Formats: sequence, structure tokens, C-alpha cells
Amino acid sequence: MSTVAETQIKLTPEHDARPGASVRSRLQDLLPKIVLAPSFAATIVFVYGFILWTIYLSFTNSKTFPSYDITGARAYQRLWRWTFESDPPSSWYTSITNMGIFGFLYILICLALGLFLAILLDQKIRGEGVLRPIYLYPMALSFIVTGVAWKWFLDPGLGLEQTLHQWGWTSFHFDWIKNKDFVIYTVVIAGVWQASGFIMAMFLAGLRGIDGEIMKAAQIDGATTFQLYRRIVIPLLRPVFLSAFIVLAHLAIKSYDLVVALTSGGPGGSAWLPSNFMYEFTFKRNEMAVGSASAVIMLMTLTAIIVPYLYSELREKPR
Amino acid sequence: MLRKLLIGTALATSFAFSAHAADVKEVQMLHWWTSGGEAAALNVLKQDLAKEGYAWKDVPVAGGGGDAAMTALKAMVAAGNYPTASQMLGYTVLDYAAAGVMGDLTETAKKEGWDKSVPTALQKFSVYDGKWVAAPVNVHSVNWLWINKAVMDKIGGTEPKTFDDFIALLDKAKAAGVIPLALGGQNWQEATMFDSVVMSTGGPEFYKKAMNDLDDESLKSDTMKKSFDNLAKLIKYVDPNFSGRDWNLATAMVIKGDALVQVMGDWAKGEFHAAKKTPGTDFLCYRFPGTDGTVIYNSDMFGMFNVPEDRKAAQVALATATLSKSFQSAFNVVKGSVPARTDVPDTDFDACGKKGIADLKKANEGGTLFGSLAQGYGAPPAVANAYKDVVSKFVHGQIKTSDEAVTELVKAIDDAK
Repeated sequence: MSTVAETQIKLTPEHDARPGASVRSRLQDLLPKIVLAPSFAATIVFVYGFILWTIYLSFTNSKTFPSYDITGARAYQRLWRWTFESDPPSSWYTSITNMGIFGFLYILICLALGLFLAILLDQKIRGEGVLRPIYLYPMALSFIVTGVAWKWFLDPGLGLEQTLHQWGWTSFHFDWIKNKDFVIYTVVIAGVWQASGFIMAMFLAGLRGIDGEIMKAAQIDGATTFQLYRRIVIPLLRPVFLSAFIVLAHLAIKSYDLVVALTSGGPGGSAWLPSNFMYEFTFKRNEMAVGSASAVIMLMTLTAIIVPYLYSELREKPR
Repeated sequence: MLRKLLIGTALATSFAFSAHAADVKEVQMLHWWTSGGEAAALNVLKQDLAKEGYAWKDVPVAGGGGDAAMTALKAMVAAGNYPTASQMLGYTVLDYAAAGVMGDLTETAKKEGWDKSVPTALQKFSVYDGKWVAAPVNVHSVNWLWINKAVMDKIGGTEPKTFDDFIALLDKAKAAGVIPLALGGQNWQEATMFDSVVMSTGGPEFYKKAMNDLDDESLKSDTMKKSFDNLAKLIKYVDPNFSGRDWNLATAMVIKGDALVQVMGDWAKGEFHAAKKTPGTDFLCYRFPGTDGTVIYNSDMFGMFNVPEDRKAAQVALATATLSKSFQSAFNVVKGSVPARTDVPDTDFDACGKKGIADLKKANEGGTLFGSLAQGYGAPPAVANAYKDVVSKFVHGQIKTSDEAVTELVKAIDDAK
């Protein structure tokens, strides 16, 4: 920010003072484009170029190394077949159902908890300056650290269960992390712990941005606190919901490392997410075509969710 | 401000593009032997090479572990920037050889007599299309029991010779209140144990047919079903907390005497050594009951890449030093494995190592040396991982019966072939 301001202040008078410097002024006009060009080119190649390349690979029979002969949609056929193999669950079935459970709970709980904490912190309480960083701090940790810490905490032989047993509550039983049916929920717990503070900060910023006059007007009209939040504050926070949703959705899709650190895949691979599936098949099983196909499906699913949402949200407020 | 930014960008770019030329007197090595004992063992090789005037340069791998190294290798090879050699496992060597990026060491191999001294089964992975492409460093075998002797004495157990003996022994341990079987519930550990179970249940002929030839009839046979039933029996003896545990933690349970036995490859011995335990007095090593006389192996190899002519001399020196008897002995004493050539004297090895060397020799001569499917020496990675999936799902209950398990196994393996 400061850079832009500085340059503008410095440059404008020179611009007027020297009429002969037209080359220079043209250069100055071009400079932002020149500076942006490398990153633009890098994005085109490394994001969109590789998306296209991945789509291409998914139609080949690539194994360990990329192969460029198109051999048809066998990879997609296999994934499609695996989508319906629920007993015993195929790895792909496990991955996509886990993504559904994890994505839904993670986003929902983070939003709810983040909003709730933000509303509590917004009551002009003492010590907010101390509390806010405490909640926000987990976001500073990487998924790996979060995963390992929660792995130890949730391990029945090391963490919570063991401690409570030592304190005398011997009937306490919490072995979700070792249980194939519940392990995905421990990923939700760790993920929520990490992200909800950040979401709280987003909502808090949103709450601070709401005009106090509106609140006062509502209170004068006799709105209860609940009504105040339900009818006025939360609708006004809509843009924050949008940002928070986007942030959480991409974190959910990226949660590969959390699953690895927390569960190393879970009992019998029961904690896999599609990203784990993609990595396993591409790099460990040398089935690059299947890995690429799963990546394409992930991308399309995400696009199918995010694009309509973005479209509907951004269209309402044309600039 | 902007000028600074531009200069910075230019500098960064020039750094990125300044490709450092490889020194011809330098061995560039990609490996993931970074932990205590393994790193110490590798130091022997570094010193051997230093004596001949070759410098050693590790290719850095972020994150450690074989997977990260293989991803890094893939990127290096794709960029045409070959290391002199890389630690590689089984089918990876063949994949890279098929892609035409491996070097040719046949000349050196002939001179050093590798084809006679390296076990035949191993040559399937170190020789591609008649050309030596890799130098095997060691032979690990997976059909071992590691037993805490103090616990064994306490419960009055003796070496189990059959699978039923083994179950009886585990029962004794259970009755004495120790965890009978230390297992880490990760798919490769479960499948590694299952390799031994299949060998024990079906014998060497069956193992070869099912686990190396992937013969459909054998895979869905009653013997395979019985193997799964036997695995189910063993799983009853693990502690409830086994899921997801790392292998070395399971070994630590045996070392500390919390558990009686672990079924694991001989790299577990390194953990016993690190804990200053001696075979015979502190711990016992037996072959998995019913598999004596056979060896299910995996092996670390140094894959040799097709480097430019001026770097070949360093590569040959590395390969020769790797398969020299002195290094084979020194390295494998520390690593817990046995030498990858059968003519290395066993004087420096402990009791377990001596037995391992003798077993390997016998198995090589008798044709009972087979690749471990769980460790990627029985079939290509796609198949090996499909196998691990099925075994792990059976252990953790997603697959409920042995009937279902064999059906799934055949399906998964056919799918991955």
C-alpha cells in the first residue's frame, strides 16, 4: 500500500514538469503491466496450463511417468465403478464420502463457532486484546503441527483417555482416532480447532464494520438481542460469510497433510480424503492416469460448488 | 522502490538459473538414510570413496522418507538432471530402466563377478534387459519373529515351530498379562506380517504362485482363505491401541518387555542394537513359524543413472565400493540386514545376522528366495498397494470374512494389473 502511495506522490509532479519525457511517462504507464507480466505468465502456465495438462494425462495410460498417447477414459470408468463400491468400501468411495462428511461439518462448525465467538468477543468485554490472539493463534500453526499434536492428544494410550484414567475416571473411553468409523470426525475436530479462531477474527472485523446507528435504531424499535442478531447483524455479515466460506472450502479440499499427520490414513485407509487418494495413486502406486482423473473430478466438484455461489453472491452488488 | 523490486527480481532469477555444473570427482547421491544407524553405516561408504578421491554429495530431500525422495527423483529425472545414483526399491529400478534413463554397469559387473555372487532372485531387479543397472546394497528378510527373552523366560515359552505352536505361545503371554503381539496398524506392517502368514500357511510353492506370479486360482484358493483366517487369529492378540502405530514403536514395546513378540523385517534389529540389546541374551530372533528354510526378501539398491561420460568413473567407483565385501559386511552389521552377495564372511555379524546369511545362501541355492509383496518385491507398486489395501481393510474390519477378502484381493489385483 505504502509503495503505491509513495510512487504516485513522487511521480505526478515530474510528469507535469517535463513535457519532453514522453518515453519515460509511457514507460511509467507500462511499468505496472511489466511488473505484473511475470507473475501473470507464471499463473497462466503453472495453474491453468497444468490444469489442462492434468486433464490430458487423465485420458492417457500414464503409469510411473507421463505418457502422451490418448487411450480413452479408462481412469474415469474405474473411478466411476469405485464410486458405488460401498461394501467393502473402495478407497475412492471412502475418500469422497469422507470429503462430504469432513467438508460439511468443518465448514458448518467453523462458521457457527467462529460467529458465536465473535459475537461474544464483541460485547466490549475487558481483555479482548488478550483473548483474540489466543483464539487466532492456532491458525499460525501448520496442518502438520496441528495434526501431530492432536494425534497425541487423542491417542487413547497417550493423551486424553490415559490422563483421565490416571485421574481416576477409568470408565472414560474415547478411541475415535483408532476407530475406522469415527476417525474422520477426529480430523474435523482438529481442523475446526485450527480454523475457527481465524473465522472468528473475520466475523469480528465484520461486526466492527456494522454501523452502530442501525443497531441503536433497532433497539429503539424494541428488537430483542436475538432478533437484533437474527434479523440485522447476520444478514449484514453476508459478505463475511462469503469470504469465510471460500477460505474454509479451499482449506477443506487441501487438508491432505492434516489427514496424514493426524491419522496416517486411518485404520485401513478409512480417513482418506480425495487429495490423499490423488497423491497415493499418482506418486506411490504409479497410476498417474487415475490420480489425474481424481484431481480433475475434485476440481470439477469444487467448481460446481464455488462458481454458482460466487456468481449469485457477487451479482447482487454490481459495482 | 520499484527499482529495488526490479533488481531483486533480477537477482532472484539469476540465482534460479545459475545451474551448478557437476564436479566429475563427485558422487551425487539421492537417499533417505538420514537417521542414526543408517547414516553411520553410509559413512563407511563415504570414507571408502574419499580414499579413492571421490567427494560425496547428498542430494537434499525435504521431508525424509522414501516417498518424498522418489517424488524428488522423478522431478530430477524429468528435468534431465540425473544424480549419479539413487537409493531405489524393487520395481522402481525397472520402471526407470524401462524409461531408458539408467546407466550400464555390465562391464564392472563382469569384472567383479557380480552375477555369481549376487543372489539370482535379486538380479531380477538389478539387471534390466541383460544390463546391470543397479547395485544391491543389502538383503532384508521379512519373515522374522523378534522376541523379548525376559518375557519368553517368564512365560516358559520355547521356539514355535508351527503356526499352532505360535498361537499357543501367544496364549501363554496373554495369560501372563503381557501384550502378546506388538503390531503397528499401518497397512504395510499388516501386509508384511501377512506375507509370512501366507508362506507359513501355503508353503514356498504356493507363495510364489500367489504372491509373485499373481495366479488367480491361487489367490482365490482355500489356502489363501486359510491364510486370512490365520491372520484373523493373530490380530486377536494385539492391543486395542495398535491402529496407526509406527513400526519402531511396536519394536520398542518388545524391547521394553511390554509385548512378547513382533513380526517384522530385520531392520527391527537396528532398534534392538540402538537400545544396547544383544541377541540371545536380551532378545531372540526366530524365523516366522513354518517358514524356516525360506526367505521373503526385500533389498535396497543403488540405481545407477545414465550420467554423462565424464561422470561415469565416479559412478563405477561408487558401484564397486558398494558391492565390495568390506563395505557389504561393515554396512550390514550396522543396518541389521545381510550382504547382497553370498560370499561375504559372516565373522563380524551377530547370531541373528549369521543365521540370516546362512538362510539366504540356503534359500538362494534351494530356490526358496521370494520377493515380499508387501515390500514391493513381489509385484509392481500398483498391485502391491492394492494388496496392502485389502489386507489392511481385513485387519480393521471393513472386509469382514476371509471369503470376502479373497474375492476383493482377486478383484483389486486384476484391477491394478
